[in-house]
Amino acid sequence: MIAGLIQLLTGVQGRWQGCEPNSRQRIYFANHQSNLDAPVIWASLPPLLRAKTRPVAAKDYWEKGRLRQWLANDVFRVVLIERSGITVHNNPLTRTDEALDAGSSLILFPEGTRQLAEDSGMNLFKPGLWHLARKHPEVELIPVWLENLNRILPKGEFIPLPLLASVTFGAPLRLEAGENKPAFIARAQAAVAALEASGEVS
Amino acid sequence: MPRETQWIAAILLGLLTIATLIGAWMARRARPGNASVANLNQRTRSWWWMVALFIAAASLGRATSALLFCAVSFLAPREMLTLSPTRRGDHRTLAWVFFVITPVQYALVYRDWYGLFSIFVPVWAFLFIAIRCALGQDTRRYHERVAKIQWALMTCVYFISHAPALLDLRIAGFEGRNLNLLLFLTIVVQLSDILQYVWGKLIGRHPVVPRLSPKKTWEGLIGGAGSAALVGMALWWMTPFSPLAALLLSLAIVAAGFFGGLAMSAVKRDAGVKDWSHLIPGHGGMLDRIDPCASPRRCSST
Repeated sequence: MIAGLIQLLTGVQGRWQGCEPNSRQRIYFANHQSNLDAPVIWASLPPLLRAKTRPVAAKDYWEKGRLRQWLANDVFRVVLIERSGITVHNNPLTRTDEALDAGSSLILFPEGTRQLAEDSGMNLFKPGLWHLARKHPEVELIPVWLENLNRILPKGEFIPLPLLASVTFGAPLRLEAGENKPAFIARAQAAVAALEASGEVS
Repeated sequence: MPRETQWIAAILLGLLTIATLIGAWMARRARPGNASVANLNQRTRSWWWMVALFIAAASLGRATSALLFCAVSFLAPREMLTLSPTRRGDHRTLAWVFFVITPVQYALVYRDWYGLFSIFVPVWAFLFIAIRCALGQDTRRYHERVAKIQWALMTCVYFISHAPALLDLRIAGFEGRNLNLLLFLTIVVQLSDILQYVWGKLIGRHPVVPRLSPKKTWEGLIGGAGSAALVGMALWWMTPFSPLAALLLSLAIVAAGFFGGLAMSAVKRDAGVKDWSHLIPGHGGMLDRIDPCASPRRCSST
């Protein structure tokens, strides 16, 4: 029902440009503009895939307040990770590793926070994706471009507007043999950016 | 439901049945993958939905027709505003447009408060939008952004809201049959749009405004508008007008529809798109279906 509401609000339809929706284990990584980003990607997946796909989000943000906790834990079954005070025992990747080992697919925003400025592109990707790709070579990495979410519900606003959004899924990315961290992360970011041109709302 | 409306509903459903049968026959004859036949059938299927929804809502009464058009007015500006690059500072203004101004306009129409609903958007909402955007304190392209929001509201909400308002028009000797007026207007507008397309496809040669809309031709315009106006005249029995008056009114409706459609094409072209969205299969967006209706609505209700 929540997926239906999101679709009604944003008129969103997934555009599978570089791959087809299927049940393989995947990490969807996207540009980040809005709190609706993860719900919109999730809602544009077919119902069968929704059940096994979990968004990854910041623990400090989503544990504040009852509503956020309920949304994170009971509705979207978010994998909550630390953004600060990271130690060996408190490694954010432990949680994502566990979720992947349990067979879940993940939705990830490598920018780490929502882009606030209107005219600049994405923030630089953080390296978590590279670690995940190395540890879980069997998982497909799918770049995703989200369009218009920053107008529907920008950071700092609480009333979503019923404008139209689009979600474009690109071709899977693979970690090449011997590819180092900065090279791979740059390639991943370029793959998301490349979808922008084809991601206009109409 | 007035008796004439029942007749018209029966005729429309009959026409759609014929169109569906012809479409099925063409699909069998055409080579597989023929795009125009597929598009034609898709259009016909969408027409079934639109006609069914329209007749259902209209026959249930004033409240449901106001609700139906309110829903249209909610879906249409989202398509227009999605394509107009508003900025961060406009977020709250747009929230007002969608969640307050649009419902209030329809509530005024429903309450039949003509004195207010006829100026609510062009005066009060226009001023409000300019002020609310200014309070957003973002002055980049301020004038342009304000104008875009105002005109989205004008075309998609204000004009469209005059359709259900036709149901409240008081005409001596025509009481209880106002639904016919709404149906008459809708049929003439949509038919003219379809017939212009058909005539244009068949014999269209000379474009009217080549740089704006190369597919709109003089042949299509004259043939389509003329035949739609003739159908409008033939439908005089469902209106309070004489056949001649029905013909003249249909011509006015058709002309307003054509020029209104041109203005909307210019907006689309400015935004670099062909259709407003992909909401209605084969037709494009909600606005693609209603943009020729917007301006005749206002004309015919005055």
